[in-house]
Parts: sequence; structure tokens; C-alpha cells
Amino acid sequence: MTQWSGYLGLILQGALVTIELTLMGSVLALVMAFLAGMGRVSRFFIVRAIATTYIEFFRGTSIFVQLFWAYFVLPFAGLSLTPLQAGVLALGLNVGAYAAEVVRGAILSVGREQYEACTALNLGRWQGMRHVILPQALLVMLPTFGNNAIELLKATSVVSLISLADLTFQAQVVRSQTGSTLMPFVSVLVIYFGLALIISWGIRSLERRMARGLDGVRV
Amino acid sequence: MPAPIIKVDAISKSFGTFKVLDGLSMQVMPGEKLALIGPSGSGKTTILRILMTLEKIDGGHIQVDGEQLYHMERNGQLLPADERHLAKMRQKIGMVFQLFNLFPHKCVMDNVTLAPMLTKGVARAAAQKRAMELLDMVGLADKAKAMPAQLSGGQKQRVAIARALALSPKIMLFDEVTSALDPELVEEVLNVMRKLAAETDMTMLLVTHEMGFAHDFADRVLFFDRGRIVEEGKPDEIFRHPKQERTQSFLKKIIAAGHRV
Repeated sequence: MTQWSGYLGLILQGALVTIELTLMGSVLALVMAFLAGMGRVSRFFIVRAIATTYIEFFRGTSIFVQLFWAYFVLPFAGLSLTPLQAGVLALGLNVGAYAAEVVRGAILSVGREQYEACTALNLGRWQGMRHVILPQALLVMLPTFGNNAIELLKATSVVSLISLADLTFQAQVVRSQTGSTLMPFVSVLVIYFGLALIISWGIRSLERRMARGLDGVRV
Repeated sequence: MPAPIIKVDAISKSFGTFKVLDGLSMQVMPGEKLALIGPSGSGKTTILRILMTLEKIDGGHIQVDGEQLYHMERNGQLLPADERHLAKMRQKIGMVFQLFNLFPHKCVMDNVTLAPMLTKGVARAAAQKRAMELLDMVGLADKAKAMPAQLSGGQKQRVAIARALALSPKIMLFDEVTSALDPELVEEVLNVMRKLAAETDMTMLLVTHEMGFAHDFADRVLFFDRGRIVEEGKPDEIFRHPKQERTQSFLKKIIAAGHRV
């Protein structure tokens, strides 16, 4: 039993790496999502074109390939990344591309009358976006952002392919060292599921807080 | 005789193949209260939206308060207005919408103070003081902290009026502001407008189906049909003795539908 606790320690170390990747990847994804999502509704053709290219490219190629490029190909261009950096970069850019479409859709879902009120009150384009459109759009984005974050959490397992010791990687290590398949795989299953639950719960409570007052019932 | 505050000169506007405004010209004097009436699709709302720069024009010129609205003069040439020019011109004009268009995520107070703080750099305390005066004027001082969803339609519309007034425009546009309200809530909004007309010298343009109100409120009534002004005159002339056949048949229909004239 003491032996198991040692191996469980290994798996928990892997879980920490997975959490780290998820958090950092989510931050990058969020930044990319807003940049590209708002770029997609820009007045300027060139901004729209850049945003669209980014989104289509990263949605259209596999995350494995993107990770391999970040880790194995970029060094040829003189940019060497640590496995963690490469993982965060690939995950953030990949999920950011999906989330960018969420941002764009949410911005477009805010009614035309809100934009017209902004014009009538003489708010500038950015002022209206910042104070009127985005706060309302954010509420529309949140549920899908939750999906994206969970997708990102699960996608972190690809970094085991560039020998980053995440949850999946550690499970393989424990399995090969102990010969036991059930214990490591049950552990990682439970841990991934637990982490996903935490994300769901976090997003839901954020949603509840932001929706307060909007329906006239809860204040 | 003072110069008109609004001069609309041969404006045309189409939506696709539908010609909404067909060489429309009109003038409004400072402080004048104008009612725009007519069947739907006649272009009366469109001209308000054009004055608020919510629609682009296809041709013609508009002068507001001595300056071109959609053009700017540069070295004696008339160029299409850029965003900065439009922003400057919008300061002169405020608008109240049929569906209120309040910001649902902001409380009443923030709805009213947002634009003065952002566009005029008014300090929060000063903006809130002014907002309280305006909310008091529309009879909603006790609702400053409420969210729009907690208000009735009439209350929402009164907040929307206060919000537009907070920017102190010279011209106020009212686009069917009571059309979306339950009948028993119409009067509270009309009362605010009567008060506004009595206490300020603002120029007010009003698109409405409330013929009784238009009659009492307006200095002049314009009857729109198919993108043109068919007939205009004092309320008594238009409502009691309309000369044009189209005006007569429109008013007849309105009365038949149960509206008071």
C-alpha cells in the first residue's frame, strides 16, 4: 500500500502539470479568442483577413501536428521552446481559434438596437464595444467557453508525446513500472473528470453572477 | 426670422428597390415641436433615423444647427463626413426609441450617466447629480438603482428619455415612443413629454400614431406618404380640415381604428 501511495504521488505530480497547462493554455486561448473574434468583426479588411486566416488554419490542422511544429520544427527557425512552452502555445492557439468564433458569434448576437443606442448616445465604436456590447456578449460566450476549457483540459494529454510529464504521461510511467493497468488508469480517469467538474462548476457560478439582475427577478 | 435648426434638402433613400424617401425636403425652426404622421412605410421614421445618423442617405443634403450633417466643408469643398464629424454632429441630437433600447446589464443610474461620462468627460459625481435631477423630472428618482428588467414599459421609456436628455441635445427625436406600451402606461410617458415641451426650448421631432397627443403637442404637423410630405400645417388644419385626399383617407382609417383625434 505504501508503494501505491508513492506511485499516486507521481500521478498527482502529473496532475499538477496538467492543471498548469490548462490554466496557462486557457489564458492564451482567451487572449487569442478576443483578438481574433473581435478581429473578425473589424471594419478593416486586413484585420478581418488576418483573424480569419488564423482561425481557419488552427481549426483546420490537428493539434498533434501543431504541437510537433511548436516543439520540433520551430527550433529550425531559431526558436527553441521548452516542452511546457510548446504545449501552452499549441493548446492556446488551437483552442483560441475555436473560442474566437464563440466571441464573434456572441458579439453578433447582441441586438442591433443596442448598437443603435450606442450611436444615438454618441459612444465611439470602442466605447460601445467595451461598455455595452461586450458585457452582454460575455454572458452568451460563457457556456461555450466552459466547453472550450474542458476540451483544452482533455487536449493537454497530447503533450505526453513531447515527453512532458503530465497526467497521462505519468499514468503510462506508473503502468510500465508496476505492471498494473487498472490503478493508474482509474486514477487519471477520476482526476480528469474531477478537473472537468471544477471547470463546469466555476463557469456556471460565473454565469449566475453575471446574469444577476438581467431577468428582473434576481438582484 | 431666425434660421432653421434643421434643413433637409432633397434627401433620397432606398432600401433595396424600395424608395423610402423620394427627394424629401423640410425645415424645422429652433424650439419647434413637430409631429410626423402617416402610414407605415411612408418614411417618417426613416427621416428620424437619418437625422440620428443610423441610416446613410443616398442623395441630398442635411444641415443641422448651421452645419452639414453628412458632409464636411474642407477648403470650400463638400466631402463625405468622417466618423469624427459625425460624432461632433451627434452631440446636437438625442433620440428615444420605440423599444427603449436601455442597456439591460446596467442599472438605471448607470444607463443615464454612461454617455455623459464617456463622451463628455463629466466626472461621476457630477453626472450622477445631473442624472438624479433628470430622473426626478421623469418621476423615477426612487428607481435609480433598479435594473431595466424590473421596470414597466412606461418606466423604461421615461428612463430612456432621461438618458437622452443627459447629453443636453438641442434636438430630440421621438420615434413612436408609446407604440410598444400597454395603453394604461402611455399617459405617463406623454406627460413627461408635455413637461419637457413646457419647460425647455428644445426642438422636438415626434413620430407618432397618437393623433390626440400630436394635436395638442405639436406646433406643426407633417403628413408623410410614400416618402414625401403630402401636407403640412397647424394641427387644427391637418386634423380638422385636411385638404389632401390622402390625408383625409389616412385620418379616416385612424379614427375607424379607434384612435382619438
